[in-house]
Amino acid sequence: MNAPAYNFAYLDEQTKRMIRRAILKAIAIPGYQVPFASREMPMPYGWGTGGVQVTAAILGPQDVLKVIDQGSDDTTNAISIRKFFAKTAGVATTTATEDATVIQTRHRIPETSLHANQVLVYQVPIPEPLRFLEPRETETRRMHALAEYGLMHVKLYEDIARFGHIATAYAYPVKVNARYVMDPSPTPKFDNPKMDNCPALQLFGAGREKRIYAIPPYTQVVSLDFEDHPFEPYRFNAPCALCAAENSYLDEIVIDDKGGRMFVCSDTDYCEGRQAAGHHGSLSAAPYKEKAQEGSNG
Amino acid sequence: MAEEMLENDQSLLVAESLSKSYGRIAACRDVSFSLYPGEVLAIVGESGSGKSTLLQMLSGQLAPSAGQVSYRMRDGITRDLTTLGEAERRFLFRTDWGYVHQDPAQGLRMAVSAGANVGERLMAVGWNHYGRIRDTASDWLTRVEIDIARIDDAPRTYSGGMRQRLQIARNLVTEPRMVFMDEPTGGLDVSVQARLLDLVRSLVAELHLAVIIVTHDLAVARLLSHRVMVMKGGRVIETGLTDQVLDDPREPYTQLLVSSILPP
Repeated sequence: MNAPAYNFAYLDEQTKRMIRRAILKAIAIPGYQVPFASREMPMPYGWGTGGVQVTAAILGPQDVLKVIDQGSDDTTNAISIRKFFAKTAGVATTTATEDATVIQTRHRIPETSLHANQVLVYQVPIPEPLRFLEPRETETRRMHALAEYGLMHVKLYEDIARFGHIATAYAYPVKVNARYVMDPSPTPKFDNPKMDNCPALQLFGAGREKRIYAIPPYTQVVSLDFEDHPFEPYRFNAPCALCAAENSYLDEIVIDDKGGRMFVCSDTDYCEGRQAAGHHGSLSAAPYKEKAQEGSNG
Repeated sequence: MAEEMLENDQSLLVAESLSKSYGRIAACRDVSFSLYPGEVLAIVGESGSGKSTLLQMLSGQLAPSAGQVSYRMRDGITRDLTTLGEAERRFLFRTDWGYVHQDPAQGLRMAVSAGANVGERLMAVGWNHYGRIRDTASDWLTRVEIDIARIDDAPRTYSGGMRQRLQIARNLVTEPRMVFMDEPTGGLDVSVQARLLDLVRSLVAELHLAVIIVTHDLAVARLLSHRVMVMKGGRVIETGLTDQVLDDPREPYTQLLVSSILPP
């Protein structure tokens, strides 16, 4: 199904080589932001140009690709990137986390734990965790080089001074391999513990900012905190309204104009899997569910 | 007591024939002096006399064209500043040294709260307990006469005098032994100036700080410093005890400088 006008996975081989070099360096120095010659991609910045380039560089014909956006397999961004690679690389795609070998993600880590033969590719808007505290890039690079990370705690201090607790809920800074402080991209801090000692390789691509960084498998990832205000993952205290899961990250969905809300798993694959296995939430009306399943099977 | 005497006998900072030239312009020529712990040295002179260049060289921010600056570190070993690595120099700068800028916006983070401004140095040296950082910060705000109720306000909501006092607290929180001040009272009105000078004078005595203060205001030099260096055209033209230089100036230029003060 390859469109003949394109090389396999859209990018030319020299570009892939360049990106792979950056990826190898990033893996060798966990958490360090490696500059790379980011290319123009056929999508606007902010839609995952960094992640797409990393995916294109590591994708092989045997790979099975899954793309998620905020945990969901069926949003515009996820579908268009999945189609993009189905067309330009002809690879198999899936929505099942277990079956995928490459998972490109925006803002979430799947609920199903990852295994050693998987690569998780993050789309990163702003790779520099110190950006909003120190605007000078020359200075932040020097701070990374000298491991001067006091400033990161200034941000957490400000949170506690203002709100009484660490109010940073996403893009929560982590220290990788006891050396580099890293922005985990705008994933909720609920996902931070999943990065620690993860069997899968995690790659981060920032297209506009031209940076790639990585967490190799089984690497220590620690969320920054204070002794008297330890890191706590945040989860809204309710079961999923569709699958009754008690330990998944939830999306809040407005269901009417009278203040009605429902909380459902943001990871659609996980939620559908649980529903197929017979779990029911408070709002999973049976006829709708059957219809939805027919739809996905057909 | 005897130990302290011995400690005070050794110079803290030594400048040896410091010179800096920008092409053909010599901004600073052949400056040498020693500074002892607890001593306040004022560098006075008109604009363009090389004061600021000298201060930048002394604080390791500018490499001298000739000569060297050595500093006795906390471990008692005197080291040439140019031989320090960048990491060591930056560490020195945020622990054992303080630098008070004329414009507080340069020395403070204007967008983060006063408490975090004071606590930043502590966090940079590894303090990891919010309660203790906050207690130390409020303690320091009290010492520089800032109302504790303002601890969570950003310095951009502060008046000029408060900003300057906050900057001083931020610098002193790690208990440095050496503080550089670049026109700390510039741009403040006279009553605020007087309060700030009072505060600095008591802190200097209390903490036994060595201070190098650059000023064009002879009244500041008279109030704060033990010794004065008068600069003109990049050279030190006169140096001595403050009252001696200001009451009985020898050089014609110093006489001019002293006589230019308007009588109150």
